Formats: sequence, structure tokens, C-alpha cells
Amino acid sequence: MNWIRSVVREIYGLFVDDSSFAFAILCWIVAMAGLVRYHVLQRWAGPTLFVGLALILTEGVLRVTRRKD
Amino acid sequence: MILTFDSVQQLSTRLGTTLVAAFLASTVECVEALTVVLAVGSVRGWPSALAGCATGIATLVAIVAALGPALTRIPLHLVQLVVGAMILLFGLRWLRKAILRSSGLIPLHDEAAAFAQNTAKLRGVRLAAGWDKLAFAAAFNITMMEGTEVVFIVIALGAGGRALMLTASLGAVAALSVVTALGFALHRPLARVPENTLKFIVGVLLSAFGTFWVGEGIGVAWPGDDLAIPCMMAAYLALALYLVPLCRSRARSVAGAQALAQKESCIAAKEDQR
Repeated sequence: MNWIRSVVREIYGLFVDDSSFAFAILCWIVAMAGLVRYHVLQRWAGPTLFVGLALILTEGVLRVTRRKD
Repeated sequence: MILTFDSVQQLSTRLGTTLVAAFLASTVECVEALTVVLAVGSVRGWPSALAGCATGIATLVAIVAALGPALTRIPLHLVQLVVGAMILLFGLRWLRKAILRSSGLIPLHDEAAAFAQNTAKLRGVRLAAGWDKLAFAAAFNITMMEGTEVVFIVIALGAGGRALMLTASLGAVAALSVVTALGFALHRPLARVPENTLKFIVGVLLSAFGTFWVGEGIGVAWPGDDLAIPCMMAAYLALALYLVPLCRSRARSVAGAQALAQKESCIAAKEDQR
């Protein structure tokens, strides 16, 4: 059982090392899926998806910098 | 699962990017696995280490052969969404870490130090006569662990169709071959491989691919279709290159403030003594 647990932990670690960073990415994907489904953004959906993810990355990096303060 | 492309040029750009991304990302993982396998082999003996490594690779090939065909039965947009989300989590995590490492906020990964740490740990355990279970298990575990990441990268980059999957697989096999050949030739960890630079580049590539796949999966009509991928690569790279000096200067100012505070407290302590 320990072997399975360590494999699951390794696979989880592939995608998540900062849970709030990963959670923000998933939330943004869900929000964008909703906006695209109801045709809210139309042609701007792609650039909006990218800008949101770029902001999440920026916040994730700056948060570590602030933590070191 | 087969995508149609507007032009041969678009197809070759896509295949070329996939090949490079798969090769670079797999190189990083193979170098990490090689460090541990070299440590195990040099301390505990090569037969058990190589057997563990070969068993790990065979297990991964069997898993891919069993699960791979199942992917073709799932609707394409669902595969793109799920794989895109996974590749985004993976790619942005790598990119974030690479930015933090480049700016000096977290230490760089050192293969020579990892090799020394592993050899010291393995030397502490008594050698068994005959079959060395510890060496086999250590080599098997690291091959499985890093190999799982390689398999995931190949699936993620090749999610768009058979041609892409084949190209991504070729990139991974090429990386494995190059790293194995270098390992055999040098017999020491590949400490000179610029691992963080590779992670930086791969993080940019995977983030762009992941964003594109997620968009396709949720029904986004990308401006310029496939050209959106190189545009997003350039944008992610520009953002990352902007963030590195920004974080570095903030880290320096924090270090400077800490040094100043320490100096002031020393002066205050000396004055108290007087």
C-alpha cells in the first residue's frame, strides 16, 4: 500500500507543488469554459484565456517573492 | 483523432515544435534518472542497477501500450481539455519554478550534489551477496518516476493526432538515447547540462501548448488557428524574461535590508556593551 501511496503522491506532485497556484489555474479554465459556452467573449475568448493564465503565473511568482520579504 | 492542417508549412512548424519540446523535456527527466542510476551502479554494482532500469522501462512501455489505444476512443475535444489542463498545470509549474530559480529565490538543481548525496546514502547500506534488491529497487523506482513524467509529456504534446504522437515519441526516444550514450561514455552525472535553462524553455513550450489545447477543448476559436501557439510561446517567454530581473531585484533589496538590519543590531549591541 505504501508503494501505491508514493506513486499517487509522485503523480500529484507532477502537477501541483503550490495548491493555490494550481487551484487558480483550474478555476480560470472552468470560468472560461462557462464564458465560451454562453458566447460571452466570442473572438476574444482565446486572448482572454491566455491573459488570465499569464496573470496567474505573475501572481504565483510575485507571491513567493513577497513571502521571502 | 487526426487533425487537418491548412498548409504543409503549418504542419511542419507544429511537428518541429512538438519534436523539440518532447526532446528537451525528456532530456531533463532522463538526466535526473541517469544521476541516480549512475550512483546506484557505481556504489552497488551495475548488473542489479541496469536490471532495475530495464525493468522500469519495460513496465512503462507495457503501460503505454495498454492505455495508449484507449485514448483514441475518447472524443477529441475531451482529450484536448483534460490533457490541456494537465499540461498547463505541469508547464506553468515548471515555468514558475524556473523563473524563481533564475532569479535566485530558490536554489538551482545540482546534479553533482544529488549524485554525491545518493552515493553517500547507498554506501551506508551493507552489500548483500548475489542479487542486490536495494540497487534494483532504487534504479527501478527512479526510472518509473522520471519515466512517468516522460510518458505524460509525450501524451500531452501528441494529443492532437497520430503524427504528433509519433513525433513526440521520437523526441523522447532521441533524448533517452542521447542521455544514455553520454552516461555510458562519461560514467558521471551530466552536471554541465543547463537544466534550469531547459526547464525554462520547456515550461514556455508546455504552457503555450497547454493553453492552446485547453482553448480547443472548451471551443475557443483561436485567432490565426495554429499560429496562436508560437505567438503564445513568444508572449510567455517575454513575460518570464520580464519577471526574472524583477524578482531578482526584489530578492536583492530584501537581502540588503536584512544585512543592514543585522549591521544596525550589531552596532546597537556594541554601544550597549560600552
